[in-house]
Amino acid sequence: MLDTVAVAAEDPSREQPWADLGLKADEYARIREILGRRPTSSELAMYSVMWSEHCSYKSSKVHLKQFGELPQETPVGKMLAGIGENAGVIDVGQGYAVTFKVESHNHPSYVEPYQGAATGIGGIVRDILAMGARPVAVMDPLRFGPLDAPDTHRVLPGIVAGVGGYGNCLGLPNIGGEAVFDETYLGNPLVNALCVGVLKHEDLHLAKASGVGNQVILYGARTGGDGIGGVSVLASETFDADGPAKRPSVQVGDPFMEKLLIECTLEIFAAGLVAGIQDLGGAGLSCATSELASAGDGGMHVELDRVPLRDSTLAPEEILMSESQERMMAVVEPDDVAAFMAICAKWDVEAVVVGEVTDTGRLEIDWHGERVVDVPPRSVAHDGPTYQRPFARPDWQDALQADAAESLPRPADASELRETVLRLVASPNLCDKSWITDQYDRYVRGNTVLSQPADSGMIRIDEDTNLGVSVSTDCNGRYAKLDPYAGAQLALAESYRNVATGGATPLAVSDCLNFGSPEDPSVMWQFAEACRGLKDACLELGVPVTGGNVSLYNQTGETAILPTPVVAVLGVIEDVTRRTPSSWSAAGETVVLLGETREELSGSEWAHVVHGHLGGRPPALSLEGEKALAALLHEAVGLISSAHDLSDGGLAQALIEASLPSMTGASVSLAGVHEDPFVALFSESTGRVLVTVPESEVGRLTDLAARHGVPAAQLGTTGGDSVDLQGLFDLPLLEVRSTWMATLPAALG
Amino acid sequence: MKIGVVTFPGSLDDVDAARAVGLGGQEAVALWHGDHDLKGVDAVVLPGGFSYGDYLRCGAISRFSPVMTEVIEAARKGMPVLGICNGFQILCESHLLPGALIRNDHRRFICRDQRLRIENDRTAWTSAYTAGQEITLVLKNGEGGYVADEPTLDRLEGEGQVVARYLDLNPNGSARDIAGVSNERGNVVGLMPHPEHSVEELTGSGTDGLGFFTSLVESAFA
Repeated sequence: MLDTVAVAAEDPSREQPWADLGLKADEYARIREILGRRPTSSELAMYSVMWSEHCSYKSSKVHLKQFGELPQETPVGKMLAGIGENAGVIDVGQGYAVTFKVESHNHPSYVEPYQGAATGIGGIVRDILAMGARPVAVMDPLRFGPLDAPDTHRVLPGIVAGVGGYGNCLGLPNIGGEAVFDETYLGNPLVNALCVGVLKHEDLHLAKASGVGNQVILYGARTGGDGIGGVSVLASETFDADGPAKRPSVQVGDPFMEKLLIECTLEIFAAGLVAGIQDLGGAGLSCATSELASAGDGGMHVELDRVPLRDSTLAPEEILMSESQERMMAVVEPDDVAAFMAICAKWDVEAVVVGEVTDTGRLEIDWHGERVVDVPPRSVAHDGPTYQRPFARPDWQDALQADAAESLPRPADASELRETVLRLVASPNLCDKSWITDQYDRYVRGNTVLSQPADSGMIRIDEDTNLGVSVSTDCNGRYAKLDPYAGAQLALAESYRNVATGGATPLAVSDCLNFGSPEDPSVMWQFAEACRGLKDACLELGVPVTGGNVSLYNQTGETAILPTPVVAVLGVIEDVTRRTPSSWSAAGETVVLLGETREELSGSEWAHVVHGHLGGRPPALSLEGEKALAALLHEAVGLISSAHDLSDGGLAQALIEASLPSMTGASVSLAGVHEDPFVALFSESTGRVLVTVPESEVGRLTDLAARHGVPAAQLGTTGGDSVDLQGLFDLPLLEVRSTWMATLPAALG
Repeated sequence: MKIGVVTFPGSLDDVDAARAVGLGGQEAVALWHGDHDLKGVDAVVLPGGFSYGDYLRCGAISRFSPVMTEVIEAARKGMPVLGICNGFQILCESHLLPGALIRNDHRRFICRDQRLRIENDRTAWTSAYTAGQEITLVLKNGEGGYVADEPTLDRLEGEGQVVARYLDLNPNGSARDIAGVSNERGNVVGLMPHPEHSVEELTGSGTDGLGFFTSLVESAFA
């Protein structure tokens, strides 16, 4: 029998499966208190998904709150929408605004790599679309277990094919990302997806249901049984070897439908037919109806039996929880409904009026005329539980930090040093990633100015003025393990620097905070420290956090992943034709290293690859220095002919990455970098960029660097077909290239 | 000259093709799959993408769209038609071009800057090139392996209907490294690589693709 509000009142003591739905006893009690009765099964379904970790941020929100305390403005203007919206929106000038956000789809991608990754792209793209923006690019930071682990061979090809399969079919260029390998991600791969969208200021749309009598339209794909409880079941629980099979919880994507949904929605926006809009992602209709209603000024009434179904046997609870993809919900004035429907018909997108905005202040949902939900919408969407999870610095942290990599054995002579360079170049984290990136369309829409393997991705957003935006995502989880506060700051600094190296001005941050179980106080400490570090650094760099996502429970058994606060920075560039390339193209130019090299090897790629070691303290960070460097790079646009960030693998890797794209070598001396050539090559000191400049302009560059207080060392000259490290050894580019390119194809076929 | 660019549900490179037409000095006219109307254009480009999600078989549904009825009829009368990637697949499904395109032999989508040799400079779309000219175009496809039976392949070679061939490596397992073919008359050309992505130094793989969008004028005045 249908469990209606009336039945719930008459039969108050019925046993309910709240525990199976992931609710705790006190949470269930609170729902009863809010409603003054037991919830109906439909209400229970809604509360359980909306109060899940993934949707309610119940463990993380006390820490996330501080991002909202940052000044809500970027270096060039006000934020037009911030945390709490589907995605943050910032002003980039010329009447344009940009929205961007990075999100996780980690757990589904482990269970079903292709669909998990594909729907991760689909979800973030709809978030961007819902702001009124045309999605223009995607990026995907990925983390996997060791390259030689059998399970990596199961998940990696599927995840990469899923990212490509969905993004390529949507016609969105994939302009960058990361692929990082570490043992802790075995069994917990991280699939983060970022989308950038562009809009004019006046096109901004917000998720709210206002105006009594306005119609609520559900459009896009039909609702099916896929993904029921995806977020509550998958993203809020630790994987357990003995657990039940969770395959049915993963959503299945249809990128073709999403492409139609994008074009249809943009045409609806252009016609001015939308009063409020929300995408359906995690928690499906439960989320869309409760969030729209609570952001509005009244209530909402929905007739759930009007929802078009793929499976006619679905019960109301299942319809409310389904995470079927490619669906949107719009609030439309009654007079505009016909025009709205006509545009949907043009794009072959099914659309149905499922309800209307009311003045009751309640979210009321009926099933064939009987009321199955009657709740205050805010209690579902926003008044979920908040946990003050205990956190404590783990007792192993001191020992970890004391075990510095600086004391590990080093290459004994030039020949061992040479061998080490080649070994690192071929290592999974530093090798050529084109096996992955070649599966992504980076050219579609014809506005990609920079993409992999450049330090940042860059997109032209106006073909007449050449206005563009640049995005980078970064995180070194090893640094974050050694010191989560510093690790989050280092991730931000690297991303910020990568945007600056291309010639853009860094403006704003989105983050995807991937951590282990919040029920473990050491993990909670890592999380709290990372949030604090990120906030402090954002304040100092003057960039706001515009939104983001938290993914917890990334652990199998007792082993949590490396704390992985992925930080995305978006920048603006007034004229993309003046961007600074990240590789060398001409011979005879002077190679200059900006920034200071110190003996910093703890957490480095060298320690990881050669010694399998993780200990010590991460490289020291000067945010003041990063700001000065970014300002210098901005002023040097047009003066320098290339700029390449130094990060994982240090100077050795930067020299190689700068030389390989056009096979232009260089002859350089390390004397001006550090007295110890090994330190010069492999230290991962931050705040460094390798630039080239025409010989005649060296003086101007060094003057500029001096003015910004940035050390500048002349290393040598570009040219030739090898990287010649004077007095040490020579690396023929053909040899380096084949070593660099061989790793992924050899492992993955 | 007015060059129509068709948008099917799932077309992706229609904006790029229209931009390339403009950079080639011509006027791009948007054509809609659901209309029996070519709007008086002088030539048509079927752009890349995943029309109808590539469901059933790439191009298999699009060929039945109303606009294709008009395109097929006009092509048979000699109107220049260029099919790029998914457009090539639609032309094969429409039997305006021989052969078919199947999943890449390595089973992965591939996106790369691809070197090619223009084999035939006498088609409506390649007259701006010279036979034997080597160019680099963006290539991106999941189902780009060109196949036809041996007698057909021999005939295509013999009649000069192989328009372009892959150099350095065959990216998708195409028979005889074939990257593009034409019909006998030379007005209909199908090409797997994407010349519309190679029209600006700033954004693509150079400007080697521009010739596909300037050839029509050159042939018109030839």
